Amino acid sequence: MSLFRMTGNFVENLPKIYGLYTGGFLIFVGLMAILEQMGLAADTIGILFVAFTIVIYAAIGWLSRTMQVDAYYVAGRQVPPVFNGMATAADWMSGASFVAMAGGVYLNGHPYLAFVVGWTGGYVLVAVLMAPYLRKFGCYTVPDFIGTRYGGNLARFLAVVVLVVASFTYVTAQINATGTIASRALLIPFEVGVWFGLLGILLCSMLGGMRAVTWTQVAQYIVLIIAYLVPVIWMSNKQGFGVIPHLVYGDAVARITELEQLHQVGVLKPPEAVAGMSALVNKHSTAAEGAMAAWKFIALTACMMLGTASLPHILMRYFTTPSVRDARKSVAWSLLFIFLLYFTAPALATFTKLQVLDPNLATSIIGKAIADVSALEWIQKWSSVGFLAIKDFNSDGILQINEFFMREDIVVLATPEIAGLPYVISGLVAAGGMAAAMSTADGLLLAIANALSHDLYYKMIDPKADTRRRLIVARVLLIVIGAAGAAVASMKLTGILGAVAWAFDFAMSGLFFPLVLGVWWKRANRAGAIAGMGVGLLVGTWYLYMVYAGGMTPWLGIDHLRFGIVGAAASLIAMVAVTLMTPAPDAETQAMVDEIRVPRGNTILGASH
Amino acid sequence: MIDSTESRLIHWHRTRNLMFVHIGIWLVFSFVVHAFAPGLNKFSFMDFPLGYYMAAQGSLVVFVVQLFVFVKQQEKIDRDCGVAED
Repeated sequence: MSLFRMTGNFVENLPKIYGLYTGGFLIFVGLMAILEQMGLAADTIGILFVAFTIVIYAAIGWLSRTMQVDAYYVAGRQVPPVFNGMATAADWMSGASFVAMAGGVYLNGHPYLAFVVGWTGGYVLVAVLMAPYLRKFGCYTVPDFIGTRYGGNLARFLAVVVLVVASFTYVTAQINATGTIASRALLIPFEVGVWFGLLGILLCSMLGGMRAVTWTQVAQYIVLIIAYLVPVIWMSNKQGFGVIPHLVYGDAVARITELEQLHQVGVLKPPEAVAGMSALVNKHSTAAEGAMAAWKFIALTACMMLGTASLPHILMRYFTTPSVRDARKSVAWSLLFIFLLYFTAPALATFTKLQVLDPNLATSIIGKAIADVSALEWIQKWSSVGFLAIKDFNSDGILQINEFFMREDIVVLATPEIAGLPYVISGLVAAGGMAAAMSTADGLLLAIANALSHDLYYKMIDPKADTRRRLIVARVLLIVIGAAGAAVASMKLTGILGAVAWAFDFAMSGLFFPLVLGVWWKRANRAGAIAGMGVGLLVGTWYLYMVYAGGMTPWLGIDHLRFGIVGAAASLIAMVAVTLMTPAPDAETQAMVDEIRVPRGNTILGASH
Repeated sequence: MIDSTESRLIHWHRTRNLMFVHIGIWLVFSFVVHAFAPGLNKFSFMDFPLGYYMAAQGSLVVFVVQLFVFVKQQEKIDRDCGVAED
């Protein structure tokens, strides 16, 4: 009936299908631009952008519905490497990457670039240490690998626990982000926006599982990368930096260093804080001197990298390629697609800062009269929704650097307006942010629901369940977990980024070494893996609690964002020590490890298991 | 070469060496260069302070190029040892 049923043809036609889709999206953007010129209201444009894209994703989700186990869990293992790369990039780049990363670089300068390095370099570990071997294994989920490699329900169960803890921390932040964007674009209350966002997420994933998520994520990547790059390129072109600003913004960085002197960045500190917002007090490109600063940069980078290589929603994307070779290739493509956004974020932060600080530019606000600045349309709009604030602490009527407060996410959201671009660009950015948050939430929800339905329900509770029953359980769990995530998100417990960093720390504490050593150390056995996961998760959680809430002074500057260092170290020590104290795994397990190390031959687990 | 125990041993030996090479490069560009960022910032590259450039762009470019090279190298090892997929 639909072209999604004709599998062979569908895969061959992918470039054509997504080419048409991209063209259609660009035509939609052009149409919106024309309607804006004809006088369509800004709010209506925002609503049309978000609503139109969500309807498209939902349609893809509907067309990809399936009742086959391997299609539901691993998209039938037929996703070509380039498309899997795009899907992984969308899966990976969260609402935080899209909305808050440039703002983080803007406000925090060099130390924040640890996230940029960490969230790309982790893919080297994924490609070299993990993805091809897990693909050869033929598992449906990450706990499926742990459970089969080490054997026994306890190991499988612990892997499920780590997966749920890490992914649930993360998914809450994503549903929060969809709620924020939906509420702003559709002009509905945040609490309603959260449930609306969840509805969109479930429409993409529920009927077709991994297959539906894969094809919507590709579509979401295309929207989010266009939405991120267009405003930056437009703005840089307007400022005379050309259409590839990434190569030439060195001058802008140098200019900011001069302006930091002029405006006394880092010298003037705000005398009082504004909740949820920050004034600029950190230098842009200057790296802090000293061993402690270097260690903190390295520790944060390491956490994000090891976390990347342990997060199940990323690893499971590489189970969907047709071959081991394609899994490996696909990691390289993923990183290229992620790189396009991540090397743009610091450029965007630099240009926006220049717009705001440079007195030679008409857009600048620092050093201007507060009365004039407060009259600007974008200042009024964003301060009315609590995204920025102006406080005249010294009552001189001039806006100093320490009197201008902003939220991190405003750099991406308000840049089109700061630079005076038409509103259609703001609508595009809202659609991009929505795509980024939805695609990550989809991947995470599916990772959790699949682990619970496949590993907990099917493998441990009811191994005799038939296909129909398994897939119904998987879908019910998806709804239940999504609802739980939305309920937590609507309570607004943490800022978006805190929760995201924690997810990486939890994942690396519990899963990194059991996964890596499962492939690279044949001697690693069940007792060791159980100790590694259990001790890693417990020690990591204990340390997080102590430094975050328990009032303990962090060891060696390892604060709550970096607690994975402690957890993973404990995990490694426990795993190696316990493995060496207990007998080596049996010959069958050792042969299995030999088998996953070569690409040729059948997968360890059957196509349908 | 046929898929014998010996060729598998050679395959794993070469695969492991390749892994160490790439993890070595990864260590340098993830950690070593950033530990010396203040010093590198005294040099400039394409008008950027070098330490800032490496964190904002340089390391990222290295990772991307490195992975595409890694894919080619590992595929060659698999083919040479007769364990590549058909």
